[in-house]
Amino acid sequence: MNIALLLEMAAEAGSDRIGLVCEGRRWSYAELLTAARGAAELIGASGASHVALLDESSEAAVIALFGAALAGVPYCPLNYRLADEDLAGLLERVAPALIVGDTGRVERLAPGQGHTTLARSDFVAAAQEAEVAPDREYDAGEGIAVQLFTSGTTAAPKAAILRHSNLLGYILGAVEFAAADEDDAALVVVPPYHIAGISALMSSIYAARRIVMLPSFTPEAWLALVEAEKVTNAFVVPTMLTRIIAVMEEGAAADVASLRAVAYGGGKMPLEVIQKALERFAHCGFTNAYGLTETSSTVALLGPDDHREALASDDPKVRARLTSLGQPLPTVEIEIRDEDGKVVGANEHGEIYVRGEQVSGEYKEKSALTADGWFPTRDAGYMDEDGYIFLSGRADDVIVRGGENMSPGEIEDVLLTHAAVADACACAIPSVEWGEVVGVALVLRDGHLEPAEDELRELVRARLRSSRVPAKIAFVSELPYNEMGKLLRREVKGILAD
Amino acid sequence: MKPGTRLKSAACDTEVMVIRCGTGTIECGGAAMAEAKPAEAAALSAEFSAGSLMGKRYVDAAGAYELLCVKPGKGSLSVDGTALTVKDAKPLPASD
Repeated sequence: MNIALLLEMAAEAGSDRIGLVCEGRRWSYAELLTAARGAAELIGASGASHVALLDESSEAAVIALFGAALAGVPYCPLNYRLADEDLAGLLERVAPALIVGDTGRVERLAPGQGHTTLARSDFVAAAQEAEVAPDREYDAGEGIAVQLFTSGTTAAPKAAILRHSNLLGYILGAVEFAAADEDDAALVVVPPYHIAGISALMSSIYAARRIVMLPSFTPEAWLALVEAEKVTNAFVVPTMLTRIIAVMEEGAAADVASLRAVAYGGGKMPLEVIQKALERFAHCGFTNAYGLTETSSTVALLGPDDHREALASDDPKVRARLTSLGQPLPTVEIEIRDEDGKVVGANEHGEIYVRGEQVSGEYKEKSALTADGWFPTRDAGYMDEDGYIFLSGRADDVIVRGGENMSPGEIEDVLLTHAAVADACACAIPSVEWGEVVGVALVLRDGHLEPAEDELRELVRARLRSSRVPAKIAFVSELPYNEMGKLLRREVKGILAD
Repeated sequence: MKPGTRLKSAACDTEVMVIRCGTGTIECGGAAMAEAKPAEAAALSAEFSAGSLMGKRYVDAAGAYELLCVKPGKGSLSVDGTALTVKDAKPLPASD
């Protein structure tokens, strides 16, 4: 089955209904489908092995995604924020591609690789005008729909593969067809090369929820668009929410009364930010979505009721759920396993494993699935007795001091309780004696004096164990995050090694 | 028959995508469904005339069959004469 079915059904059910608003231009489902079918002609004629998008979000992302699917060619949106050297490496890996967006950059970085390049407006116009034979048959959808390069925070980017069956497994299992009201609108601000950006397009289209695109995030533009388009649903990464709340606290005027549901994910949400958000957007339901590229987006949810219950509770265990990833989707299985692959008990730390139709776990080079179909996420965490999952970091980030495994998250959480600490990152630094020891980089909170190192060490010793006491403490002006809010521990390691 | 096959009703406008299937006969409005519409429409059986709904997934009790309705019609779906039922998806909050 082909993912283009999602757009075909939306067009069939409500062809005149507006499916997308981008930079003032409004697209009906029927117009999007016509353009996607036209794009399939361009893609077929180009002989491309991949369809790449090197551009911010726009209608071209929808047209290229479904056009590539109809043509049976993997859609491969690229991170336009990458440095030239890194992008050149990826361009070579998708050659020969039909590339939509920054044509000049492709010609400069990847000459002679057989790419076909089209600027966004040229691609959209050509797709709308292309002639399509009335009896045209399309790809059956048995292969790869989307190829995404992972963000590579710990290693070189891998080419993750999502088949039509993975993506449809997710959408058909999680989204009710045409369930959105005519006035519903989802604000999509996640970049098109991120899995959440792709699943947002598919789930909104299948639910018949109008997509309102914000190609480039600023908190002011986000608030203005919520007001102007009467947005009802939005997905944000934690850094976006932090910035939105900051400008609201500074007095930015915006009518956000239309907003009913805010989902977030993509990185660790600071407790302080979500607490503020729940107070400031008291009329909204908040949902924490946990997922990975390799799992076609969301596999676990902390829903609006969980948030309200946790915020109102005096029970520390229930209250702690505000920092939880929530519980597995009904269509997905999740287990926590130890290093030997054995399932651990409640509240015991291990690696998060996922299984389900939507889970691909497959890279172009090889599949990472176990023999019985489980995907080891390399995320470390634990599950409480009620099935709520807590993330403690990447398994690769675990600090091994003299054979003892320590998760950076627990050390960071303790340091963050100090009034003078605004942000914290713990990571392994090499040690002759122990193999690895704990190093921490801290950001001082405005208006506070740098606390004594001994005071911080004592805090960790009192709350955790002596093995977790940082051997090295460094104060930095800010920690390095990528644009999705992921902490770049690799870079912090470099800072601490100096 | 294999997953991904698009079947049309002989008795009404219904069309379905096969998500999962066994070896039995998939019917709509009491008549066997096929990839092409017959030249002459089959009569709509009164027993199978409750209709099909766009976007709903229909399953059998054993879980061997799952059909996604991609075009609604007056006929209702069955396999070897046994009616299929709508698969209730648990409503989830939109997460993306």
